[in-house]
Amino acid sequence: MARMKFLCDAERCIECNGCVTACKQEHDVPWGVNRRRVVTLNDGQPGQRAISVACMHCSDAPCMAVCPVDCFYHTEEGVVLHDKDLCIGCGYCFYACPFGAPQFPQQGAFGVRGKMDKCTFCAGGPEKDQSPEEFAKYGRNRLSEGKLPVCAEMCSTKALLAGDGNVISDIYRNRVTMRAARGTKSGPPWGWDTAYGQAQGAAVTGPGATPAPAPASGGKS
Amino acid sequence: MKSLAVVAVAAVVALGLAACSERPQVVNYKQGTYQGKPDTPPYQNPPYNGDKAAWERAMATRAQNQNEYKRTN
Repeated sequence: MARMKFLCDAERCIECNGCVTACKQEHDVPWGVNRRRVVTLNDGQPGQRAISVACMHCSDAPCMAVCPVDCFYHTEEGVVLHDKDLCIGCGYCFYACPFGAPQFPQQGAFGVRGKMDKCTFCAGGPEKDQSPEEFAKYGRNRLSEGKLPVCAEMCSTKALLAGDGNVISDIYRNRVTMRAARGTKSGPPWGWDTAYGQAQGAAVTGPGATPAPAPASGGKS
Repeated sequence: MKSLAVVAVAAVVALGLAACSERPQVVNYKQGTYQGKPDTPPYQNPPYNGDKAAWERAMATRAQNQNEYKRTN
């Protein structure tokens, strides 16, 4: 098995916040903590987009690199989890994370931070699987029940995909190709050029488009 | 009197050595390695009971449920 990943299709996300609500309900997440958020770009402008963001379970996770007590670990499936018994709530991971995934419950009157809480890819934590202790600290362990994260599984437009990275990228690639073939999308998908670069002199790149000539040396790959 | 002195000496020795039995309270820290409790793989418990192949099949099926092109075409 490859690594577990999330993928949000910005062409489909309708900013319903269903994923956020489902996550909070599934894991009994406390007030003030959002393991998943929907981010809107260019709000109210033409070309407005919304993407659902949570922990992206990085292969080379910066939170793991900066943690002073080394409470993070990668599971066999590539999910980034942490041990709340070790966490000291210092907040370094919050500053390191490019997605703002780590969350800190406010437990005191003077802004005291609690132990870090974040998306677990519905994989629980180091406590015994499906135990009450695991649920109390990390939420439900759906992966051990043979289920994918609830945010993706309940997404009404299937904008949010979760699972084996190879499988969901195949699903997304097929989707983009079908859009281009049906003429519903003339250009490359939103973010495609940012992610994969645009060949010099080529107006359109991406699946379904006319192949662009190979860029000269020094071009982005 | 002599027995009282013996008891007193024993008490002093016991109190004096009490700290020697304390467990070290400082974590044996190895920088860069995970320091927490070990985790078990998701297929270790019921309903899969260690059958990794069955768990992977279930995950692959669930993942394909997200592909509505496959469901409708």
